[in-house]
Amino acid sequence: MSEASRIRIVPAGNNATVRVLMNHEMESGQRKDGNGKVIPAWHIQDVTVLLNGKPVLTAEWGTAVSKNPFWQFTLKGTKAGDKVTIQWKDNRGDGRSDEATVGAI
Amino acid sequence: MLNRRQTLQQSWAVATLLGAAGFLPFKAIAYDKTAFDAKSVNGVLKALGASAPVASPDMTITGPEIADSGVSVMVGFGTTLPNVKRLLLLVEKNPSALVASFQISPAVDSQFSLRIKMNQSSDVYAVALTQDGKAYFAKRDIKVTIGGCGE
Repeated sequence: MSEASRIRIVPAGNNATVRVLMNHEMESGQRKDGNGKVIPAWHIQDVTVLLNGKPVLTAEWGTAVSKNPFWQFTLKGTKAGDKVTIQWKDNRGDGRSDEATVGAI
Repeated sequence: MLNRRQTLQQSWAVATLLGAAGFLPFKAIAYDKTAFDAKSVNGVLKALGASAPVASPDMTITGPEIADSGVSVMVGFGTTLPNVKRLLLLVEKNPSALVASFQISPAVDSQFSLRIKMNQSSDVYAVALTQDGKAYFAKRDIKVTIGGCGE
């Protein structure tokens, strides 16, 4: 199991900007090891964001998302106390689910 | 009494009907290997069954003019178009063009930032696919000093 995603939520009015830093190697499948053998691709493939348990955003990622992916999005119509869950699954079937709460403004 | 298989079959049938009728508000799309393996922007759009994209002033893409390293390039992309179901980010000259695909619901603002890898200087595309099957894009030329996919 890899390390937890770091989730930072900045509320602004009825919206909340969410910044996520995930912990993953995101091996591109383009690199070769010392013996000239291609290192197989290993990357986060599916991402799901749930707001209070309801999916509001999903994403598919290829190998060109950077190592330890950092991304940002904005949720609409949020209020203090809302739970934001960020889930990911990689192409080896490993995954994580991490949660954060929208704070008061 | 229904056995497990029958129950599963029936719930699947109901879910399919609901989905077809547009009752499911939000449905995840499975990882599309063909699209992610496509080499060009047009190849990706073809794999996704999208029409030829039209340049739109309602699409935005931001990023550095010159990135020192292609290992990590921060790119912002979004749209103010209505009825967008998917937002794609593509790098024309990467080994595979499609970087990421986001499925939007009404609870999400269609503006994203993401750190991506770039193999070399290239046009970077933000493409929006709308509910009625149209595709719109904006592109930005980002120069890369050292590539970030191989080596």
